[in-house]
Amino acid sequence: MHQLTLAEIAQGLAAKKFSSVELTQSLLARIAQLDPQLNSFITVTQDSALQQAKAADERRAAGETGALLGAPLAHKDLFCTQGIRTSCGSKMLDNFTAPYDATVVAKLAAAGAVSLGKTNMDEFAMGSANESSHYGAVKNPWNLEHVPGGSSGGSAAAVAARLLPAATGTDTGGSIRQPAALTNLTGLKPTYGRVSRWGMIAYASSLDQGGPLARTAEDCALLLQGMAGFDAKDSTSVDEPVPDYSATLGDSIKGLRIGLPKEYFSAGLDPRIAELIHASVKELEKLGAVVKEISLPNMQHAIPAYYVIAPAEASSNLSRFDGVRFGYRCEDPKDLTDLYKRSRAEGFGAEVQNRIMVGAYALSAGYYDAYYLQAQKIRRLIKNDFMAAFQDVDLILGPTTPNPAWKIGAKNNDPVAAYLEDVYTITANLAGLPGISMPAGFVDGLPVGVQLLAPYFQEGRLLNVAHQYQLTTDWHTRTPTGF
Amino acid sequence: MQWEVVIGLEIHTQLATQSKIFSGSATTFGSAPNTQASLIDLGMPGVLPVLNEEAVRMAVKFGLAIDAEIGQHNVFARKNYFYPDLPKGYQISQMELPIVGKGHLDITLEDGTVKRVGITRAHLEEDAGKSLHEDFSGMSGIDLNRAGTPLLEIVSEPDMRSAKEAVAYVKAIHALVRYLGICDGNMAEGSLRCDCNVSVRPKGQAEFGTRCEIKNVNSFRFIEKAINTEVQRQIELIEDGGKVIQQTRLYDPNKDETRAMRSKEEANDYRYFPDPDLLPVIIDDAFLDTTRATLPELPPQKRERFQAQFGLSAYDASVLASSREQADYFEQVVGISGDAKLAANWVMVELGSLLNKQGVEIDASPVSAAQLGGMLKRITDNTISGKIAKMVFEAMANGEGSADEIIEAKGLKQVTDSGAISAVLDEMLAANAEQVEQYRAADEAKRGKMFGFFVGQAMKASKGKANPQQVNELLKQKLEG
Repeated sequence: MHQLTLAEIAQGLAAKKFSSVELTQSLLARIAQLDPQLNSFITVTQDSALQQAKAADERRAAGETGALLGAPLAHKDLFCTQGIRTSCGSKMLDNFTAPYDATVVAKLAAAGAVSLGKTNMDEFAMGSANESSHYGAVKNPWNLEHVPGGSSGGSAAAVAARLLPAATGTDTGGSIRQPAALTNLTGLKPTYGRVSRWGMIAYASSLDQGGPLARTAEDCALLLQGMAGFDAKDSTSVDEPVPDYSATLGDSIKGLRIGLPKEYFSAGLDPRIAELIHASVKELEKLGAVVKEISLPNMQHAIPAYYVIAPAEASSNLSRFDGVRFGYRCEDPKDLTDLYKRSRAEGFGAEVQNRIMVGAYALSAGYYDAYYLQAQKIRRLIKNDFMAAFQDVDLILGPTTPNPAWKIGAKNNDPVAAYLEDVYTITANLAGLPGISMPAGFVDGLPVGVQLLAPYFQEGRLLNVAHQYQLTTDWHTRTPTGF
Repeated sequence: MQWEVVIGLEIHTQLATQSKIFSGSATTFGSAPNTQASLIDLGMPGVLPVLNEEAVRMAVKFGLAIDAEIGQHNVFARKNYFYPDLPKGYQISQMELPIVGKGHLDITLEDGTVKRVGITRAHLEEDAGKSLHEDFSGMSGIDLNRAGTPLLEIVSEPDMRSAKEAVAYVKAIHALVRYLGICDGNMAEGSLRCDCNVSVRPKGQAEFGTRCEIKNVNSFRFIEKAINTEVQRQIELIEDGGKVIQQTRLYDPNKDETRAMRSKEEANDYRYFPDPDLLPVIIDDAFLDTTRATLPELPPQKRERFQAQFGLSAYDASVLASSREQADYFEQVVGISGDAKLAANWVMVELGSLLNKQGVEIDASPVSAAQLGGMLKRITDNTISGKIAKMVFEAMANGEGSADEIIEAKGLKQVTDSGAISAVLDEMLAANAEQVEQYRAADEAKRGKMFGFFVGQAMKASKGKANPQQVNELLKQKLEG
């Protein structure tokens, strides 16, 4: 039963082949059995999952239908869940029980989805290896010595290991697409403003966006359908109708113009990955796509700009974790300054502290113009590059990551090397564009992802192309040994 | 050495919106601690702000009223600092692109001259909560009811040259925001608070001296005292060979002194940057037009109209126009009595001192505008004299009814029958035969003084009801005759 995709589950539940309770019980048992190897969950909500499954079965018995009714999934542990610990992978929030549901959580619950728990993540979503979690590193099911990517590494590892069919994630610089690539999943980062950020604990507000991780584009369409939409509680949410993503999956991609940015295939890209990407391009050409080379000249500036803007926003967003109202508070503070200093020094991990320091520095008087304003200018240039490119092409294609998953601990002493892993994904966040990563093959037994980027609100086009590709390839159906 | 004082003010006005600037919580004053604090006000992880349109409308109203450029593209920014009553670790404010740009306000000084004070800008921001240090032994309590209350911070140019001018400016702002209905102006509850930037320089010097900022002064009287005290401190310091250091200071009204809080070097670096959770606010022309259409007649226009229409002095006109309630009261009294100067005098002097004594505002006056107008009408039609009117006024203040009812009940109607007055005078003169003799023997200068004695006696004898003018005329005839 654990091999079923969301789409297959929807059919099975509709055909009464099994109940949501049966499915949920089976997956909970699988999590209990296998997750100790992976560490992909921070909290498993067995009791509430079974209650939700029961309620979904009752709704279905009463005549209700819906693709997500009774479908099991899990939330990255930065989506607030009422009455359930929401830790953000941090000691700071280890004791934090959210008093409300994030909009994404509430929408999926209303659609009848069953939440099995909260998945592990890099602390406050800062990282691309899922090694910075207070709850320990997450292992890649394809090779337990390797990282699953991050920051949505728990969601990715759990779905890749067939502990559940799909999970929510968030993507600030690649945190959905990169772990999807490293674990052989399909992961979509929607247009900024497509999915509400209400209740999603902020890392970098102008870049953060929630989205689905699943094994197929078809499943991503189903999950995104349940997540997307305008939310008056999020001022950056966009009031734009949500199309039926499943309805256009079958559209022909004949004549689709795909741009290959030459900057994505330059030095730094593992040649074995380059080969797989070109192979995927060939597949799309067979389906009728037309390919041309394009240029995104400002891409080289993306990482420096991102590592100013994201930490700057984070330094402010994380100020609320001060030991006063919620979260970790140090023992016996001497005075107010001591309370702040020790609560934050003891509650935040090293990478979070690094980024707060970098961000506070970039915003300081005398440095603001040189760093923050400069980074915002680069951001505009990068956006302009994309706008110009989309005059000529419908989609942009390239590798999701320059390398396959690395060994746990391999980049611990070289944060810049880890930062460079985001080189292909970060631009979409800076420009606010939607992007998807889908499986494109393996290097040394480790998965490789191909990334597609589309104009604003063209998630449907991304899912359509990915689905068509997955109809003619089988990379996405491969299962890691032992799972 | 002659010193010149330079003052600029930052006034924080709490906008009178029903709900907070970025959340739906109520803004009522005085509720039990933390009963008006939502998830957003608590700065819970994952919450987001949504701008209250009413706060924008109120800020625009203010901008239009001071003839300012409206920031049609204005931006909220985060001001980052740690404090227990600042839940998010930053205050949402405006920095580079405020909602209200350069404007000005005319103030009337005591000598009637009008001075134009420049307003640099006004921006929207959220208020912080309150730290409570009493009632918690060894701990502090935090009340977040006030956190997120909308504030409009109004920053003036350093245009004021005395504490009196500063107070006149604050009063003018106070009147204006109340006129506009955007702030209740209740200074005791902190609805209008003032930071005073004060410096001194030798008279004639072009550049400003080093300034100190006195934080959070919350009454007109304290503003005047705090500024004067600080000016004195700075002058003494410089004259003793010292130097003023740029500082933030606090005024202690009990000791009538200002104390240093922190110096410029210790000042926070607030690391302002545009708030990524809020989009830029775009104010289109249609919004400006509809808001402009809701503006009431404002103090300067009202003052000018009072002068032109009623022939009042500039000072009287500006006092009466200083609050909307007082101006409305005055106009109602004029409407009934028909005598604007008389109405102005009674509203400012007699009513003013009554309200002062009872410690109430004019909208809670024990004597209504209709009552006062009715009484003044009886003065103008000679039913009662000005002196009797004071008795009637007192009776109205005691709740004894309308002027006519009181005049009737107490028999206070003025005696204008010259036969009756003549009889009273004859009786009085007979009783004071000795003084009459002296009067007749006296020279012109002395007679003038003595005449007053007879008028007094006559009024006393008539219980104040005799028409004073008639008493004068008849008495003159009788004494001369």
